[in-house]
Amino acid sequence: MTGDGSWLIRGVTIPGRDEKATSILIAGGSVTAIGPDLDHPGATTIDAGGLIALPGLVDLHTHLREPGREDAETVETGTAAAALGGYTAVHAMANTDPVADTAGVVEQVWRLGRTAGHCDVQPVGAVTVGLGGVRLAELGTMADSAARVRVFSDDGRCVSDPLLMRRALEYVKAFDGVIAQHAQDPRLTEGAQLNEGEMSARLGLAGWPAVAEEAIIARDCLLAAHVGSALHLCHVSTAGSAEIIRWAKSKGWPVTAEVTPHHLLLTDELAAGYDPVFKVNPPLRTEADVAELRRALADGTIDCVATDHAPHPVEAKESEWAEAAFGMTGLETALRVVQRAMVETGLLDWAGVADRMSVRPARIGRLTGHGHPLTPGAPGHLTLYDPAAPAEAVTSAGASKSRNTPFAGMELPGRVVATFLRGVPAVLDGKLA
Amino acid sequence: MKRHLISAADLSRGDAVLILDTAEELASLADRPIKKLPTLRGRTVVNLFYEDSTRTRISFEAAAKRLSADVINFSAKGSSVAKGESLKDTALTLEAMGADAVIIRHGASGAAHRLAGWVRGSVLNAGDGTHEHPTQALLDAFTIRRRLMASRGGQGGIRVSSPRASTVGAAGARGAGLDGLRVTIVGDVLHSRVARSNVLLLSTLGAEVTLAAPPTLLPLAVGSWPCAVSYDLDSELPKSDVVMMLRVQQERMNAAYFPSVREYSRRYGLDAARMARLPGHAIVMHPGPMNRGVEIAAEVADSVRSTIVEQVANGVTTRMAVLYLLLGGTEFPATGEVR
Amino acid sequence: MCAASNPVAGRDGLAVLDPEEIRRALTRIAHEILERTHGGDGVILLGIPTRGVPLARRLAARIGEFEGLDVPCGSLDVTMHRDDLRLHPARALGRTELPPGGVDGKTVVLVDDVLYSGRTVRAALDALNDLGRPRAVQLAVLVDRGHRELPIRADYVGKNLPTSQREVVHVLLTEVDVQDSVTISGEEGKP
Repeated sequence: MTGDGSWLIRGVTIPGRDEKATSILIAGGSVTAIGPDLDHPGATTIDAGGLIALPGLVDLHTHLREPGREDAETVETGTAAAALGGYTAVHAMANTDPVADTAGVVEQVWRLGRTAGHCDVQPVGAVTVGLGGVRLAELGTMADSAARVRVFSDDGRCVSDPLLMRRALEYVKAFDGVIAQHAQDPRLTEGAQLNEGEMSARLGLAGWPAVAEEAIIARDCLLAAHVGSALHLCHVSTAGSAEIIRWAKSKGWPVTAEVTPHHLLLTDELAAGYDPVFKVNPPLRTEADVAELRRALADGTIDCVATDHAPHPVEAKESEWAEAAFGMTGLETALRVVQRAMVETGLLDWAGVADRMSVRPARIGRLTGHGHPLTPGAPGHLTLYDPAAPAEAVTSAGASKSRNTPFAGMELPGRVVATFLRGVPAVLDGKLA
Repeated sequence: MKRHLISAADLSRGDAVLILDTAEELASLADRPIKKLPTLRGRTVVNLFYEDSTRTRISFEAAAKRLSADVINFSAKGSSVAKGESLKDTALTLEAMGADAVIIRHGASGAAHRLAGWVRGSVLNAGDGTHEHPTQALLDAFTIRRRLMASRGGQGGIRVSSPRASTVGAAGARGAGLDGLRVTIVGDVLHSRVARSNVLLLSTLGAEVTLAAPPTLLPLAVGSWPCAVSYDLDSELPKSDVVMMLRVQQERMNAAYFPSVREYSRRYGLDAARMARLPGHAIVMHPGPMNRGVEIAAEVADSVRSTIVEQVANGVTTRMAVLYLLLGGTEFPATGEVR
Repeated sequence: MCAASNPVAGRDGLAVLDPEEIRRALTRIAHEILERTHGGDGVILLGIPTRGVPLARRLAARIGEFEGLDVPCGSLDVTMHRDDLRLHPARALGRTELPPGGVDGKTVVLVDDVLYSGRTVRAALDALNDLGRPRAVQLAVLVDRGHRELPIRADYVGKNLPTSQREVVHVLLTEVDVQDSVTISGEEGKP
């Protein structure tokens, strides 16, 4: 390879700075200079005319499935998918097999991420042993491990015991941790298959009522306020949840929240043909919920977009609805879906997208190395995106091992062109580097 | 082009009346010395039953055989399905066998929809989970029409005079829907595929449907359905031309849908006292199997108002009509209405 | 052979039989039936829907006028026995209604409006076979337009009408269509 390993990106627009095209120089793992007429003899040049540059995206919620479900995804394939989606860091959820409830498992996942090298992997630790909801896992040990866990979640399951949730919230204050709650009252959602509403009544599928999410969110916001600890709410899916979070934040309570790309675009009407590719937890809801979630993301009530990328093997998604697994992939399509749902509708500009998909998730995840706005001295984590790429149908064939994307066949705008991790390209011209 | 019968919502009024009229013509087959028609000779019909239901399976089998079709019975127990073969693989096997139609009964809502995506033949839904059971609704509508519309006379069709009055009566209903009839469906609507199909089909045919049940056994979104709702059975009885009782499973008590079988029976069971409050012409129906003493008293089930036995015979006739219309020609005939 | 009437151009094409000619043809057929069945002994008339049915009733009425004989009358729908079912969408069924005595041992006179390929009559014979065992089966038609595809012939014919296969014969009867007429037009022929 010629040159000194540095990169000069020409003709790019940085949302949030002035809207004129400029150049970015990346060298030694950092952004070293930004300006209209940069030059650097040893640098490899990228002509980025018409592209925008975002700080490398950070996903607060991904399922990499390794260890245990390597038939669906591995750290290698999942992080490759992430890089292709413009992500430079992902938080790997703890519901693996074995569960990530000890320093040993989280360090294993962390090491697999470093070896794969496509993006940074920040393991999430389980709140309770085995996700059983009974006993706290060794949160402190996981925090002190090489993986430096700060986000703890039983995602997949709800920490439904209020006393245990209180204890967990209190305990992590010692090391600036945050509990990420999957809000789903188990008693109200036994056997639930689809949002409780007109569709579930018509299709004869057991309903998943919105109140089962909202009641837990309300409870946990009050608990977080009471003990003064950080609470993060995973995959918020209802209008009522957004309203409760808005109220909690108005009181100054330490609550943050995320929403998935699919909950910003899709509704339960898609279940009409009983195709389990649309089966997800929490379920797709109504137009009214989608509208309120978009508003909440736009005004910052919901802090960030998190994919909840949930890969499943073909046979888990090809059966009758009740037998099928819950979950949708999302890493590779996230930015395009957000463009469709938020930018094209005028609700959020690209500077706002940078905030919701990089800056805030990094802050919530306590990832000090990521989520820095692009300025000289910032780490070299950067995503180049073409918002004007002609809308193309999403294929289910991608870098992820799994094919369960609900957007298959849908025309979405935009294209991730390049992803830089610590100044080195992980993705160039839309392909793995 | 209508290739499948998966939901009662697939049928327009014209489609439904055509099925009922066709069933009317096929009903006399049972009185003939040769109870067979050659129409589906050479067609293969597969009964794919994942749930134990001898009654429904035999009904479909009789219907197919009376039309001279070849019938293959595939029951889930003791087959590769019991060993965990997926629905998709079973479907592909049936495709390879050249099934012209697959009649499926399955415990999961949506199974018939999924199957329709994997086979080239016609799919008839014989009951999928708590979703729908369209041929049950058709035989119920046929039963109601024969009992209650014949005397009113229908429109259209050529009347041929004959001393056999009941035949004239039945012929008089040809072309008719169920306009103006008031049907009350009682019981566990939330978990009932029979209720869902009947609400759709009966209202398509012009009947006024009311659901009577405790609030816990009604879907939250029932307000969007084409029917009325009442929590008070007694107030509905004097206005009802038809009372259709749904089976209530006693296990629902353990999931807190109602406090006890006794209280359910007291508030929503059809006993002799309640039956006496029905109008003189009103009929009592039940899709079977019955919980005698829970939702329906023995003397009601055995009374002259009860259509429970003729519903069985009408089931074969109605299913023959559906099989003929779906498989007898190149496609289900267009009835000029869009669904 | 009937006397040819002067063709008059009508709304559906050329007129072949006007109401008076239809009436006379049916009267003649009624007499012929009585002649050939020893005064209508054991005869039942079965009309093939749609228009064979009112024709059968008219014949029964005439026979009743002439002989004071009550000839049992009914209908026989042949849809389920047709040999061309798989070529079209499924057809709606017509009424099958047998007189109380059934068909066993009877002389069944099938009645239809037009005899063409003969396949409808073959289907009627098959349908009849499943209903019982008549002593004999005869066929009465208002119009025989030729082009038989099977060895089938009518015993009683109102009018022999040579046609080409591209032409269409329209039979209208007041019981069904408000007027009585038989016309022929030159549209795409239907089998």
